[in-house]
Amino acid sequence: MPLATIAFYLMATVTVLAALAVVTARNPVHSVLFLITAFFSAAGLFVLMGAEFLAMLLVVVYVGAVAVLFLFVVMMLDVDFKSLRQGFAQYLPVGLIIAGILTIEMIIVATSVATRGAASKVVGPEASAPDVSNAETIGRVLYTDYAYFFQAAGLVLLVAMIGAIVLTLRHKPGVKRQNIAAQTARGPKTGMTIVDIKPGAGEGE
Amino acid sequence: MFLDQLSLAWPEVILGVGVLVLIVWGAFQGKSNAVFNGAAVLLLAAAAIAAVVGPHGSAFAGGMIADPISAFAKVFIYGFSAVAIILSDRWLARRGEQKFELAILVILAALGMGVMASAGDLISLYMGIELHSLALYVLAAFRRDDAKGSEAGLKYFVLGALSSGLLLYGASLIYGFAGSTQFPEIAAAVAEGGAEGGVLFGLVFLICGIAFKVSAAPFHMWTPDVYEGAPTPIVGFFAAAPKLAAMVLLARVLSEAFGSAIDEWRQVIVAIALLSIFVGAFAGLAQRNLKRLWAYSSIANIGYALLGLAAGGEAGGTAMLLFMVLYMVDVTGFFACLCALNRDGKPMETIDDMAGLVKERPGLALAITAFSLSALGLPPFAGFWAKFYVFKAAIGAGETYMVWAAVLGLVGSVVAAFYYLRLLKVMWMDPAPGATDKPAFEGKAFAYVAAVFSFLACMPFLYFIEPVAKAAAAVLG
Repeated sequence: MPLATIAFYLMATVTVLAALAVVTARNPVHSVLFLITAFFSAAGLFVLMGAEFLAMLLVVVYVGAVAVLFLFVVMMLDVDFKSLRQGFAQYLPVGLIIAGILTIEMIIVATSVATRGAASKVVGPEASAPDVSNAETIGRVLYTDYAYFFQAAGLVLLVAMIGAIVLTLRHKPGVKRQNIAAQTARGPKTGMTIVDIKPGAGEGE
Repeated sequence: MFLDQLSLAWPEVILGVGVLVLIVWGAFQGKSNAVFNGAAVLLLAAAAIAAVVGPHGSAFAGGMIADPISAFAKVFIYGFSAVAIILSDRWLARRGEQKFELAILVILAALGMGVMASAGDLISLYMGIELHSLALYVLAAFRRDDAKGSEAGLKYFVLGALSSGLLLYGASLIYGFAGSTQFPEIAAAVAEGGAEGGVLFGLVFLICGIAFKVSAAPFHMWTPDVYEGAPTPIVGFFAAAPKLAAMVLLARVLSEAFGSAIDEWRQVIVAIALLSIFVGAFAGLAQRNLKRLWAYSSIANIGYALLGLAAGGEAGGTAMLLFMVLYMVDVTGFFACLCALNRDGKPMETIDDMAGLVKERPGLALAITAFSLSALGLPPFAGFWAKFYVFKAAIGAGETYMVWAAVLGLVGSVVAAFYYLRLLKVMWMDPAPGATDKPAFEGKAFAYVAAVFSFLACMPFLYFIEPVAKAAAAVLG
């Protein structure tokens, strides 16, 4: 058996088992860790298919950001997972039916796109440029043909940032903040006042 | 090479670079003032001029198209955005909640709407929609300590995300079956293979997503709640410019990417249009809150604009553009009146609050009368001409069911007449419960200008703008 085949079966098995463990694990933190395992092995599958850019994205975006965010939510928020899990057996048949319908639909859509859609006209990924990696291919169009979309996406992120600041930033009055410039500029003239106190009056600032 | 492409996108470049400068300026200044807002308005004006005088063509691999219809839409989008900045900033200033981010968000929304109006690709379509709606969500919740405003923002955001999901699903199906995200290539694939299942399925989802943005029934659920909760001048903005941008976008997708499938999509658009007209007319009957009432009125009016669009071709496009422009003036004027009116320091937002207005504020009462009669479609008001173009286009489309749709649309406007007339009756006949506060200058000014336009100036305006709209809609033909 060639090495690629062994690697495929190994990673496919790990992906499926880890995905199953995500929904069956009792501890939600374990679920998230299994999710990360599933993402990693799916990234491995992408590498086997020659889509190394997607594999990198999967690791960077899903493992690096999304899964860690899940982990934060699970650990920071006080979610009662026991009550969420109640009625699991009761809803199982309905869930299985919906999952079955979704699977059939996905198979139908995938096959019809592959046979009748535009994908059927594409010869193969190697046909276009064999010696260029797909990260390089994307890079070549991202900053030329797609520069407009790229900048628009940047503006969308800018709006999200401004929005978050507008809706949440509060300037509380009376908060004492350190002003280093004022501190270091303080000299005898500004930091000290000489008060002339009359004998016996006993008052001062 | 790259600069040639960039020269087509001058309005976007001006707004994009300008807004970054404004952010830095605003961050140092803290609060907005007249100079800051003046600069924002000038920026929008510069972008509008660039859109008019700039070259036409397509750039960035077809993602951005500059043509007469995009220039037409951009001028009105930027113009109404500038009005929104002035109205909203003064309104917030009177409540001590002035922030410089308001002008920034409105400009970024206008930028997104401009991207929508000149989208030639499914990616720029989505980018434009997302850019403007994200800014609108924040604007809806701009008064963050106001419970209703926050609720409006959250509702708008969640439902908007849902509609973006629908839209993206449709776009991915279209891409899967047509093999390209660019409108001309989709058109070629549709013409070659006929509009078969997969593409049509995607198109229906795409229409659903955009119908949500223009608040057409049955995707209108968010509109009354958001309009009621969001700050009044911002609602005036919501009801005008974004609708025009989304309508132009819809017209462009339907005619440029799916022009040969007109028989398929026309039924969908007519169904949505009639549903909007009747939902707007009947649900409006039960409303006491004026902002909710005008939300239903805007749902009904989008129905008429969609009816014009369904007529297809140059006539349909012209009808839709003229309808939207005339409607935008009316709705902005109405919300300018609402911004100006206060009774005992409280905004007058229900029909009962308007009682006896004609004796206290005859000018504003006359303006509201003009907007109501115009929305009702009485000649010689602007609304009459708007509906006239739509019905003419629908009857001229050469389909029997389009004629019936026009008849049903007329019936719908008769039903809606009831709530406009009830408002007039309360305003003219009922006794006033108390004195109104002195109306704000800028609200009054915009209201009077819009009312004069709606009553008198719309006919000479139409004389000049109709050939322009026709030339713009020729792109869709």
